[in-house]
Amino acid sequence: MNPTVLFIVILILSVAGYFLGRRKALLVGKRAQGVRNMHSKPVYYGALTGLWCGIPALIIMAIWLSVGPNVVMDLVVESLPPEIRDLPQDRLNLVVNDIHNLVSGNIISGEKSPALIAAADHYQRLTSIGHGALTLAALAASILAMLLVQRKISPRLRARNQVERLIQWFLIGCSSIAIFTTIGIVLSVLFEAIRFFRIIPITDFLFGLDWSPQMAIRADQVGSSGAFGAIPVFLGTAVISAIALVVAVPIGLMSAIYLSEYAGKKFRAFAKPILEILAGVPTVVYGFFAALTVAPIIRGFGGSMGLDVSSESALAAGLVMGVMIIPFVSSLSDDVINAVPQSLRDGAYGLGATHSETIKKVVLPAALPGIVGGVLLAASRAIGETMIVVMAAGLAANLTVNPLQAVTTVTVQIVTLLVGDQEFDSPKTLAAFALGLVLFLITLVLNVIALYVVRKYREQYE
Amino acid sequence: MEKNQRTIDIVKRGLNKRYRSEKRFKIYGLSAILVSIIFLALLFISIIGTGYSAFFRTVVKLDITFDPESISKETLSTANYSGLVKKSLRGLFPNVEDRREKRQLYGLVSSGAAFQLRRLAMADPGVIGKTVSVWVPANDDVDMLMKGQMERNVPQSERRLTDKQLTWIDKLSGEDRLEKRFNTAFFTGGDSREPELAGIWGAVMGSFYTLVVTLLLSFPIGVSAAVYLEEFAPKNKWTDLIEVNINNLAAVPSIVFGLLGLAVFLNFFGLPRSTPLVGGLVLTLMTLPTIIIASRASLKSVPPSIRDAALGIGASKTQMVSHHVLPLAMPGMMTGTIIGMAQALGETAPLLMIGMVAFIVDVPHGFTDPATVLPVQIYLWADSPERAFTALTSAAIMVLLAFLIFMNSAAVLLRKKFERRW
Repeated sequence: MNPTVLFIVILILSVAGYFLGRRKALLVGKRAQGVRNMHSKPVYYGALTGLWCGIPALIIMAIWLSVGPNVVMDLVVESLPPEIRDLPQDRLNLVVNDIHNLVSGNIISGEKSPALIAAADHYQRLTSIGHGALTLAALAASILAMLLVQRKISPRLRARNQVERLIQWFLIGCSSIAIFTTIGIVLSVLFEAIRFFRIIPITDFLFGLDWSPQMAIRADQVGSSGAFGAIPVFLGTAVISAIALVVAVPIGLMSAIYLSEYAGKKFRAFAKPILEILAGVPTVVYGFFAALTVAPIIRGFGGSMGLDVSSESALAAGLVMGVMIIPFVSSLSDDVINAVPQSLRDGAYGLGATHSETIKKVVLPAALPGIVGGVLLAASRAIGETMIVVMAAGLAANLTVNPLQAVTTVTVQIVTLLVGDQEFDSPKTLAAFALGLVLFLITLVLNVIALYVVRKYREQYE
Repeated sequence: MEKNQRTIDIVKRGLNKRYRSEKRFKIYGLSAILVSIIFLALLFISIIGTGYSAFFRTVVKLDITFDPESISKETLSTANYSGLVKKSLRGLFPNVEDRREKRQLYGLVSSGAAFQLRRLAMADPGVIGKTVSVWVPANDDVDMLMKGQMERNVPQSERRLTDKQLTWIDKLSGEDRLEKRFNTAFFTGGDSREPELAGIWGAVMGSFYTLVVTLLLSFPIGVSAAVYLEEFAPKNKWTDLIEVNINNLAAVPSIVFGLLGLAVFLNFFGLPRSTPLVGGLVLTLMTLPTIIIASRASLKSVPPSIRDAALGIGASKTQMVSHHVLPLAMPGMMTGTIIGMAQALGETAPLLMIGMVAFIVDVPHGFTDPATVLPVQIYLWADSPERAFTALTSAAIMVLLAFLIFMNSAAVLLRKKFERRW
């Protein structure tokens, strides 16, 4: 039975288990002078049976599906003729791939040698044996569990508590996914990054001034030095993010101040959704807009003033990115400004301060920690933003802070290194993971500081 | 300086200046908002301005003779249909002799014309031996000329159509053989290298399958996590850790999730590349924090008195949650989920990492077919060198924005309808 069918069969069994368990509970209840003498309602006995029917079988299935194919492949490799089995690891991997392709009916790289065909047949046979065993084991577990629970159903069985405990474990599992995701991110970038740092020393990566990740395939190739000094990339990221923040922080902050302190109800009802729309526009749309409309405008404008503006200038990408994070800054600042207690404002008014003086001298200083937190979050957004820079910023890693020239960013480099054909051992591919690690760490630090600051600020006025 | 100057005089002297600065400050605030509004307007105008033309395409009327010599019932699927198109074009302009000119002449009609004829003949073999007038798509250069997006009055070397081709086009449109029609291929076709044949349906279906995976995983998991954290979790280190993690994940750059997907789902678990299944898994991890945070806010807004009442009449904690709290919090959770889905629909970067950028012509039919999604399709078209793709990109953006506006207004409506103040 193939795994999908098996999965459905287990689900059906589990539903059947529910009804059988409920019926058994009703029967037992009748014998015990009424269902109300049972510990739990009949549905709980049914649910308990159904759950036990499904869970062990599904666990068996999950284990098999995650380790099974590898076990089978190991067995197949064992049975290969010795001259193939003793090939070096990377050649062996090719053979393994060929066997996979042969089994799934794809084109294979080499010729179909009889040994390969035999191996593929062997693989198929083992897989089908494996699936047979899996089916047997899963169904047996399922039915056995059903019978066991059925037998245990009695007025004293605390079915509800047991079901609730199972549910609670499920809930805990779901909420732990966040932790597993973080661990997954850390491990996946860390391992590849460590492999990268074995080839390129970490100091060369962090402090090198030259970035050109194209590796030479032939020794005499031009322009493929394979230099991995990431400073130009970091600097480019910093330039673009700085431009974005210079745009977004004043505009976002002033919008938030105006909306929360000055605007009437009607204007707020009109302006807030517009800011929300700005936040909801996908970044790929901003990227297209930056490349198609903003960059030519800036180039033309600069040209008319006699400046030499690159068509992929950092300014265009930074400006559009700034607009993208305006709503982010404004909604965060809006929150913190509203959290400033009214009594502070009233005190300032009572002393004769004008509205703007109250804001500048009382509200903003009181809200400053929160605003700083918001700005940090916005900065982490800007650093991690991908599509705008991929579409509107350049690929060349220039070591410059001139916003009119093309620079590249960490995210652009990750995308260009990983999109398209890749081999998983070349430093070029691994460099992307090293950049990813740096990106993750920087944003992590920014986020943690920002979240901490905002939290402390909230507590201050609660 | 008078010694016994009254405070009120000092205040009055500075008053005008202070009022002016007050006014200035207010104007700064207003102009900050206006900047956002103007930018948004500019964005929409520029997208709609470049994109609306892609909803129409130029078609050419050709009189095709389904010659029994070159096509028969047996060879319906393999016959030389482009030969029929060429023959008909030669019939229209009999005095074109030169080989280069002939090639230019054939270039007026899209390569999709042959496929259209093939479909026509396969659907109705009765056309063999007859001459039929068929509207076939024109080449994208002709299309751009007809839409006025190509300069006529420049030297031949600066445009993509030759002078000869211009005279032929003029003759065709003089004979009413050129027409602009609604571009159905844009809505029903998959991707193509030819702008006049490229459509978004493949990408829309890819997005659909991806979002189905995302929804099926992220809604139950997100709601369960929120319920646990809000209703059951004891206050301890583990819960604190989970909370910090969720808040932090909400701010992790999306491309990092792409790296995770590449390393874990593709390389470690060996799931198939470029498929909605993997895309959905990655987007699930990305949208989970959004859904969890929204669901927790929604659970928090259910008043404690309801919980106390349920517990007071003997419900267990699980019963209290599932019978009373969850139904009341559901609208808020669904709003959060829709917003999360809208985010997932617009997300591009992580999907680039897991290979959903491939050039895929076929419309996907399942969760494990290679597919691309709408935003990635936009990215691919925006990168294409052919100018006609610019209009297509903008049109695809309009479709994407329409979906997003639809989802977000559904969320707003849901919130309005079920919002409850206790």
